Amino acid sequence: MSFRIFVPRDSFALALGADKVAKAISMEIVTRGYDAVVVRNGSRGMAWLEPMVEVETPAGRVAYGPIAAKDVPSLFDAGFLQGGEHPLCLGPTEQIPFLARQQRLTFARCGITDPRSLDDYEAHGGLAGLRNALAMTPLDIVKQVTESGLRGRGGAGFPTGIKWQTVHDAKASNKYIVCNADEGDSGTFADRMIMEGDPFVLIEGMIIAGIATGATKGYVYVRSEYPEAIKVLNEAILIARKAGLLGWNVLGSPNLFDMEVRVGAGAYVCGEETALLNSLEGKRGVVRAKPPLPAIQGLFGKPTVINNLISLASVPIILDKGGAFYRDFGMGRSRGTIPIQIAGNVRYGGLFEAAFGLTLGEIVNDIAGGTATGRPIKAVQIGGPLGAYFPQNLFDTPFDYEAFAEKGGLIGHAGIVVFDDSADMLAMARFAMEFCAIESCGKCTPCRIGSTRGVETLDKVRAGIEPERNLALVTDLCNTMKFGSLCALGGFTPYPVMSALTHFPEDFAPTPMREAAE
Amino acid sequence: MAMQAARTETMQRAAEVVDALKTQEGALLPILHGIQHEFGYVPEEVVPLIADALNISRADVHGVVTFYHDYRKHPAGRHVLKICRAEACQAMGGEAMIARAMEQLGIGFHETTPDNALTLEPTFCLGLCACAPAAMFDEQLIGRFDEESLVEIAAEIRR
Repeated sequence: MSFRIFVPRDSFALALGADKVAKAISMEIVTRGYDAVVVRNGSRGMAWLEPMVEVETPAGRVAYGPIAAKDVPSLFDAGFLQGGEHPLCLGPTEQIPFLARQQRLTFARCGITDPRSLDDYEAHGGLAGLRNALAMTPLDIVKQVTESGLRGRGGAGFPTGIKWQTVHDAKASNKYIVCNADEGDSGTFADRMIMEGDPFVLIEGMIIAGIATGATKGYVYVRSEYPEAIKVLNEAILIARKAGLLGWNVLGSPNLFDMEVRVGAGAYVCGEETALLNSLEGKRGVVRAKPPLPAIQGLFGKPTVINNLISLASVPIILDKGGAFYRDFGMGRSRGTIPIQIAGNVRYGGLFEAAFGLTLGEIVNDIAGGTATGRPIKAVQIGGPLGAYFPQNLFDTPFDYEAFAEKGGLIGHAGIVVFDDSADMLAMARFAMEFCAIESCGKCTPCRIGSTRGVETLDKVRAGIEPERNLALVTDLCNTMKFGSLCALGGFTPYPVMSALTHFPEDFAPTPMREAAE
Repeated sequence: MAMQAARTETMQRAAEVVDALKTQEGALLPILHGIQHEFGYVPEEVVPLIADALNISRADVHGVVTFYHDYRKHPAGRHVLKICRAEACQAMGGEAMIARAMEQLGIGFHETTPDNALTLEPTFCLGLCACAPAAMFDEQLIGRFDEESLVEIAAEIRR
């Protein structure tokens, strides 16, 4: 029997030297004359163990990591092809605590299968959802998605089923499915991991969305900062087209659906859905006023389902196991699972998919193991650059859309960035304003001008110029931006700024006092 | 004469890119990506050609080129180093590494070394937030970007 060795081609692994490891393994195979193949899989999501190499043994997969190219000969010496003992051996992959504690639905196959093999995808439960969907009426598909309680994973949390229903009911010559894979939030990488590790689940989800709503064309808008994801997804689409999954007769049915990848050009604001649609149309990524909703007049003025990648990638499991199955995970009005992305200054960073309801403290202390630097945690930013900074006394907040909103935060795309006690929260507040100024599309005044004034005013605070008056000005400015901006960029920039100011006022104290305190 | 020939050659190469991409829906971004891939930047003189092919105004094309951070108005150096400025990288000392890189290379963001070896650019998130700080050297992703990575890059660009 030929041995199978798995060396991830996920960006985490590549950024930490996986290609060199794969090459070293291939060379050892040849020199030692083994009958073995190297499979370039996705990542299991444990970034601190990357590159994590796995071997298939009769007792299941055994993991080794983190592996450098220089470790490879010793792995062979230790008989790792049979799961042999080695200082870097992590034991059976599925029993690694970080992985064993998860409830993987959307990421069920990520890191396990070969992302370029449709057969592998099917062998691990892929296409079951689509096959069910093909036997159902479009309205019944929409009903299942509505029943599942799935809400937009981009951050807004709008019920996906209702969006689909609107597009289903709209009359038009053609309709579109648009996948928002413009994952620009710092601390997030779930979309990237799906595209690189299990692209067929996205393709399947988009086809189901197309059949449910009567749309025949899909676009995946991927940010240009994700070159590997773009490569893998493009390959997967070609494979799917060849296999008859995409095209005139989806899996032999009378349904037409095809899709393609479109690459962004480095504008964060294009993650906002209406700016994204303008960008897809070949225009400046300027935000559109709503209404009209994209579901009524979206891409090229046609009814358009625009969903976050994770929402679409969660659809196949819902259609496979039923809306009720998915709905039974989670808490309150947050149903199903959420891929939490643990990043920044943490010991164990990576992707942790779990039902809604874990508390922030459980996530950062138990699962992430505290900070990488070993220093106390000062703040955690949840939901990307537009998310609030939470101090330790909010660590009992459960991961749930409503619970976070209640505490003045948002879960966004579920990225968590941990900072140790060396973080300067005035600097972070200033950065939030600076980022907004750089990325503002310029359409509305509060965002375009407010962000620049915000930077200037916070600089005055730093310089000790009338700090009280200027902080009052920042608060007022945030209020204007929050309620006067057209989209979430200007509207949510106040979250990081105001949360930093509210929870860490000592960092905003005038310079002379700061010096005196030190 | 030589300049005119070079200009004609540029227009010819640009026309090929535009012709191959212009029939798709919302073709402008794919065309601009294609042009940048071909030339390393978006030459000012190809703007009228694109506008013509898509039946839009030159101002429209100019507006799009200048809106997006990715499109360059001038060629970059032989290599490009992008360092992430976003929060997760800041939490792991990214700012200090940016300062080190600028000091060693003697340039700031959006600048190129005098020998044209390297252009330094900021980026906001490469999706490597769990192995921060992150950078990208040409097509190569770098996790846990540190002094050692800088030394390797310095050696590579002087090659």
